[in-house]
Amino acid sequence: MAEITHSVSREWKRPPFIRSSRLRLFLIVGTFVYLVVALASVEVNWTRVAEGGPRAMRFILAFFPPDFTSRGSAIVSGILESLWMTVAATAAGVLLAVPLALGGARNLAPKPVYMVCRAIMAVTRTFPEILVAIFFVKLFGFGTFAGFLTLTFATVGFNAKLLAEDIEAINPASAEAVRATGAGWFSWLAYGIQPQVLPRAIGLAIYRLDINFRESAIIGIVGAGGIGATLTTAFDRYEYDSAAAILIVIIGIVMVTELVSGRVRQWIK
Amino acid sequence: MVVSRTSERLIWRRRTGFTSALVWMGWLIGLAVVIVCVQKIAAQTEWFFVVDAPAQGADMFARMVPPEWSYGAQLLRPIWDTLTIATLGTAIAVVIALPLAFLAARNTSPHGIVRMIALFTIVASRSINSIIWALVLVAIVGPGVLAGIIAIAFRSVGFVAKLLYEALEESNPKSAEAIASTGASRLQVVSYGLWPQVLPAFAGISVFRWDINIREATILGLVGAGGIGLELNASINALEWSRVSVILLLIFVAVIAAEAISARIRNAVT
Repeated sequence: MAEITHSVSREWKRPPFIRSSRLRLFLIVGTFVYLVVALASVEVNWTRVAEGGPRAMRFILAFFPPDFTSRGSAIVSGILESLWMTVAATAAGVLLAVPLALGGARNLAPKPVYMVCRAIMAVTRTFPEILVAIFFVKLFGFGTFAGFLTLTFATVGFNAKLLAEDIEAINPASAEAVRATGAGWFSWLAYGIQPQVLPRAIGLAIYRLDINFRESAIIGIVGAGGIGATLTTAFDRYEYDSAAAILIVIIGIVMVTELVSGRVRQWIK
Repeated sequence: MVVSRTSERLIWRRRTGFTSALVWMGWLIGLAVVIVCVQKIAAQTEWFFVVDAPAQGADMFARMVPPEWSYGAQLLRPIWDTLTIATLGTAIAVVIALPLAFLAARNTSPHGIVRMIALFTIVASRSINSIIWALVLVAIVGPGVLAGIIAIAFRSVGFVAKLLYEALEESNPKSAEAIASTGASRLQVVSYGLWPQVLPAFAGISVFRWDINIREATILGLVGAGGIGLELNASINALEWSRVSVILLLIFVAVIAAEAISARIRNAVT
């Protein structure tokens, strides 16, 4: 019988996440250097920060209890405006996204159309909603119409991109089967493509409804209507207890819409 | 399969009469709601401004072109600040989100009450947009990059923690069990059984959030929280449209670059 050899010094070690030791070293050193440089470049006015303590306390205390009543009617109308913008913009954006998505799907559109549609998606998706809102407010005046346009703009890019990816991922066999019956282009879309992507498209629309409500709460900061306008007013007047009430309402609605949209999306699948 | 009978032949239908009526009702209600919303918005709109908008837009565009390229040199510091806000904000968020996710995941949470508190923290952080956090923080710590960093961190904690705890809950319990059966402590089970499973997801989520944060950090300056948004706000208020176009192009490039980098890293780790 062979002797059992003990190799005392050898112990199992788990494999590192980044295998190449050179890359690992580079990343560690790089991160360290970056952190030092970045932290050094942050200018902080510590006396101002220290002054902030009491303000922070005031803000936190404003939540106990928040003041729903003194700005009650403004809060209600702000929320309603947000809801109108959300619903109308989601509907418009989802509809406009459909042709763009068809053009941006590589398996449907010829290359030039594809490139143009993808470029439109990239541009509409890059800029944050609030930035777009600034320009629409400049052009169309203050209020919900600018907000509606902003959310529509953002929805188009977002939905078109995700829908185009869904269309590219369809099962080509069933689309081909429809084509083999001699169907025209529109019947081919309606019977070969649409049934495959419709559940996902509805899920996307509901998801976007949820996002649009959140965004509608902030584009008011630059004058595009909705609850965000009420919130900025409350902050500008140092009415922290009203601001607290508005924040609670926003959080509440966001939680409810998220829950509902999650349920509905699960149910559609 | 449902079939309807006409005088001479059978026609295929996808749904029975009742369900198709229900589906139609659903669409009809949806349409009605949309129409009501559109009417409400239309009633509030000053159509005079809307009619005038194309002319205004053309005028604005004419002022934006050509961009004042020399202004770009003054933007190096603001864009660096924006990068710093996004990166440090994400770093802080990741550090906080890591333990929070373990407290929130059903399979690692020490207690039901702790889990509820952790979940509530995550939802509260996620529900408030970073620009609203920035609004609050500028009032508290004063305008500047610091308020931006904290705002991004607060908003990102919930996002990272939520995706991470979902990854933890979806992890394979067998490897955790295997480690536990060797007599390992709870901490060792997490460290050897669960952590390696979620590490790639964790890295991916962090980088994904960083990429979103670059985009969000570009606008925090609008409420005074530092970065390129400050310059944008100043240029818009001064009606210097040829500078605005430079800033917009820079934001576009920064966001696209961040997205490309993040996509490459995520492809590499997952």
